[in-house]
Amino acid sequence: MKCKTIIVELANYLDEDLDPGLRAEIEQHLDKCKDCRLIVDTTKKTIQIYCNSEPAPLPENTRQRLHEALQKRLRRARN
Amino acid sequence: MSSPKMDPIKASPLPSQVVKEDEPLLVASAKAGEIPAFETLVNRYESKIYRLTLNITQNREDAEDAMQEAFLKAFEHLDEFEGNSRFYTWLVRIAVNQALMKLRKRRPNVVSLDEQVDTGEDLVQRDVQDWGPSPEDRYKQTELNSILSSAVAELDPAFRIVFQLRDIEELSTEETAEALDLSVPAVKSRLLRARLKLRQKLDRYFRRSENS
Repeated sequence: MKCKTIIVELANYLDEDLDPGLRAEIEQHLDKCKDCRLIVDTTKKTIQIYCNSEPAPLPENTRQRLHEALQKRLRRARN
Repeated sequence: MSSPKMDPIKASPLPSQVVKEDEPLLVASAKAGEIPAFETLVNRYESKIYRLTLNITQNREDAEDAMQEAFLKAFEHLDEFEGNSRFYTWLVRIAVNQALMKLRKRRPNVVSLDEQVDTGEDLVQRDVQDWGPSPEDRYKQTELNSILSSAVAELDPAFRIVFQLRDIEELSTEETAEALDLSVPAVKSRLLRARLKLRQKLDRYFRRSENS
């Protein structure tokens, strides 16, 4: 297996969306290729860092305008 | 060198895949006209929906408008939500449409989600370095947030939006494809490229220096 195949299959590998045979081949390659191992590891960390990031709280004035607009619309719906 | 075997990233349910127990009840109550139930849903998702619309539009005013319109449309069309998907996924789809309309209005020639893209093997530099176990801990929260959002902002919209839905909002590949009217292979190819581009952008902040 070539390093290029690792890159092409990287997203499927990280998402566990590969058949077991191809997955085993990739893991054999990763055992031997330090660069590919680092690319897989740092890509995985990239996803985890974003995945774990919390959204900043909504700015208070933005939140207030949202709830005012909703109140107006909801009041109309009630009448 | 640590073991090359990679732990599966998504072995356990992701936070947004765990539907809060009260959600079907809240949606049913909101459908029946109980306004506090809808307000609870708004409070639950407003920060996430604002982050989504801001990341897509890259403009605070457009993001706020898109968020407001998304919640108003969700309320108006609540009867059409059949409960086949999570309420949040349905809401995200509405918010994505609103945000894309804003983005296309501002940048009509830039945004095409369905153009062909290459697979991304050109995106890996030769000089690959370890990041260490928790590279994000080297930065204060505000610095980290700034690094993460500016890296995402530099992506082309077609990649940024797929990454946003798939890896930040944690929609499945199929849900992302449905939300953006793309095929599953198109989502996968954009996701691969987005992940590799972001890895490369973050590398300059997270790679271990020679003496660390």
